[in-house]
Amino acid sequence: MNPFLLVGAGGVLGALSRFAVGSRIPDRQRDTLAVNVLGSFALGALTAGLAADAALLTLFGTGFCGAFTTFSSFAVETVELYESGARQEAIGNAALNLVGALLAVGLGGWTATALA
Amino acid sequence: MSETDAHSATEDPGARWLERLEPLLLVAVGGFAGAILRHAVAAAFPGGFPWGTLAVNVAGSFALGALLYEAELSGRLSAETRLVLGTGFLSSFTTYSTFAVQTAALSPTLAVANVGANYALGFVAVLAGRAAVGEVTG
Repeated sequence: MNPFLLVGAGGVLGALSRFAVGSRIPDRQRDTLAVNVLGSFALGALTAGLAADAALLTLFGTGFCGAFTTFSSFAVETVELYESGARQEAIGNAALNLVGALLAVGLGGWTATALA
Repeated sequence: MSETDAHSATEDPGARWLERLEPLLLVAVGGFAGAILRHAVAAAFPGGFPWGTLAVNVAGSFALGALLYEAELSGRLSAETRLVLGTGFLSSFTTYSTFAVQTAALSPTLAVANVGANYALGFVAVLAGRAAVGEVTG
């Protein structure tokens, strides 16, 4: 199947899932942190577990996880926090997303390897 | 009761169903286009350093900064536009998970450079996007 269609189909599911999480977590920064950490865990697991299956990795990795997580919302929300005077929260938000996502990538990879 | 009242949009189950479905369709259309364009940009930057992800994250942060600033500033932006362009397109065009996985795979020096570049340029892009809107709208 055309990889662009796979990425697009995964992108639809990822964007809708992010929208669904957002409607359950009204706090915008927590909502973005949740999808970024969850999506990084999933992508870490998929990258380690599906390395041999290019089509599934394109659909679920590049498409779904790529669209489920977001950098632009994270950047806008962090700048807004900083500007509102909540500078420590802004720095904390930037650090939590980074550390949370990197740990999640490692944990996801470890989980996939352990289950294989 | 007049004929039009009996068939007003809120009373019609079909119209109500469409009203509920509309935000999902907007997010889906935007998500489809955003993910495909991100994939196209990544394909244009083959090689060791994840330049493609940096490019989409910075460009998407610029555009979302401009879009949301415009929405706040003028109130002219409809909820539909925000859903299809913001929640759908730009949020799917940019990515945090790919950025995190690629960072974890780099050497320590390049990983620090990648995080620094995405963060610094991403935040500056939000501010630049707003400034661009300010220039255009005066």
